[in-house]
Amino acid sequence: MRKTIILSALLLATLAIRAATVTVCPGCECNTIGQAITTANAGDEILIKSGLYQEGNILIDKALRLKGEGWPVIDGENETEIFTVIASGVAIEGLVVRNVGTSYLEDRAGIRMRRVKDFTIRNNRLENTFFGIYLEHCTDGLVTDNIIEGEAVHEMSSGNAIHLWYCKRMLVENNQVRGHRDGIYFEFVDDSRVRYNISEDNLRYGLHFMFSNDDDYFQNAFRRNGAGVAVMFSRNIDMWENHFEFNWGRASYGLLLKEIYDAEIRNNVFLENTIGIYVEGSTRIRYQYNEFNHNGWAIKMSGGCLDNEVNANNFLHNTFDLSLNSAPNNNSFDGNYWTDYNGYDLGRDGIGDVPYHPVKLFNYIVNRTPEAMVLLRSLFVDLLNFSEKVSPVLTPANVADNAPSMQKLNFQKIN
Amino acid sequence: MFKILKYSFFDLTRSRWLYIYGAFYFLLTISLLWLGGGLSKAIISLMNIILVLVPLIATMFGVMYYYNSREFAELLLAQPIRRNHIFFGQYLGVACSLAISLLLGVGVPFVLYGIFSSTEIWNFSVLLLVGLFLSFIFSAIAFFIALRNENRIKGFGLAILVWLFFAVIYDGLFLLALSLFSDYPLESFAIGASLFNPIDLSRILILLKLDISALMGYTGAVIQNFMGTLLGMACSLGVLLLWVVLPALGIRWVAARKDF
Repeated sequence: MRKTIILSALLLATLAIRAATVTVCPGCECNTIGQAITTANAGDEILIKSGLYQEGNILIDKALRLKGEGWPVIDGENETEIFTVIASGVAIEGLVVRNVGTSYLEDRAGIRMRRVKDFTIRNNRLENTFFGIYLEHCTDGLVTDNIIEGEAVHEMSSGNAIHLWYCKRMLVENNQVRGHRDGIYFEFVDDSRVRYNISEDNLRYGLHFMFSNDDDYFQNAFRRNGAGVAVMFSRNIDMWENHFEFNWGRASYGLLLKEIYDAEIRNNVFLENTIGIYVEGSTRIRYQYNEFNHNGWAIKMSGGCLDNEVNANNFLHNTFDLSLNSAPNNNSFDGNYWTDYNGYDLGRDGIGDVPYHPVKLFNYIVNRTPEAMVLLRSLFVDLLNFSEKVSPVLTPANVADNAPSMQKLNFQKIN
Repeated sequence: MFKILKYSFFDLTRSRWLYIYGAFYFLLTISLLWLGGGLSKAIISLMNIILVLVPLIATMFGVMYYYNSREFAELLLAQPIRRNHIFFGQYLGVACSLAISLLLGVGVPFVLYGIFSSTEIWNFSVLLLVGLFLSFIFSAIAFFIALRNENRIKGFGLAILVWLFFAVIYDGLFLLALSLFSDYPLESFAIGASLFNPIDLSRILILLKLDISALMGYTGAVIQNFMGTLLGMACSLGVLLLWVVLPALGIRWVAARKDF
């Protein structure tokens, strides 16, 4: 994929050398972007000088390079979509795109790409755009260094910051998105990559995968979203070195996995989420080298999760380390460090001699009667947990870490 | 009454138990703050300890002090002083000295650690306030029990039982009720039941401040809507106050009728 991007960039560059430049500014002969596009030929550059352009429904139907100088503002006045691109090889950079306006009938966007390839959307600022960047049926595109800020209040009347639908080989990197329904949304998107982004304060998810396969996302930060990341109905997703932080609320979680298969979750940090990872019906998933710090539940697994391997993670100061709602399961929980573990290590090999049972009795009770949570941290509950620990009766005995680490694991060494 | 309060108070300040009690909190808080690391963690750990220990110590101390100063009370009864004043004075002496030990033992380390320049100041104030309330509530209950029972062993036993009831047994019954009737909507019941136990009420007040409410799902939302608001907060503090006033009225009632 990278090769194609480099190639296309080179191609664009060679075109640009030969291409003419059409300049747009409020006082110029050519004072609207629409007019500039009509006069320009494929391969030209349109240089937009700073100023306010109250235009909407700008259709780009040839391979142009739109470049803003001094942050020109394109204002849709809450009436229309702004850029609609239907030609391949388009580049849009350095623009401020604002005020698309909510519509309940159509998914309007700040910048829409439809059935195109080899494009670049770089270094733009999108403000109060209903959908920020909307890519449908696209391949080999690059979305980078954009700042997309919305003012979403309700899920029903808000759009996604970066929305991808039926795309392939896309690269979304280094963007900052906030205040939308979903920060970044992938539906039927394959072989794509999301990295170095910051997704904050979105109503629903920071990043959302639906029916998307063979993607990876890494080194992103997801903070204070309704939920950090949701991965649903997808296969082969790699997730590593992401930060899931402060997704705190009654229905919040850092990472939601629903009906996904064959995923890798490595070296992520889950800090202060109500639920660190919420897993439903997901199979063959490896969780390694993650840190779960101060979450309500570190991992909450429901029935139908098979062959998950939770190995070599740090579980630090979570209210509940693990919650399961089905007794039999074949998931492995070996080799983690748990702050609540207080066994001993006679052999001095760094591995505790007694297994650790991460599911506590109170956990089991709360699963059955959620109201019992009122008794959290009461003396009676501590006594219950203690007696259950001494002789497990109700909690699943086979859910155990048979080789708990005595020391907090240092992931730099393992890698 | 104030004179007797003063006398009881200074009498108690000569007792080394009070200093041990204060020093215990002091050392505990210091080690939690400087070894455990972090204000909010220390507040959670202290909460567990305060909710168990403050009622226990207040109960024991109250009963002990009443029985020990019985001769003195009898001496005072012979004087032209109102009965109420004698026993209220003694009760308030005990409660105030316990409260001051707690306040200094826990407060001083936090102030040294720099609580005033931290965002945790409200959580800490709730913790301290709850600790003070518990001191007053349980020493009042202890005095009431001791006044009712001439027999020391019986008095001690009953006081311990009351503590055990509120600290452990009540929650057990509560949990039993919750799981027996889990088919019914129990949110209002959960709120109501926690009002009847000062220890539970205190715990929930602190937990709400520490934002554990997000863990509680729907129940948490209901409780937060009730107690998280200013009205709810005032209401639960009112209930705590009622928990002080009721045993105090009990003391008055028993003291007025008791044949010494």
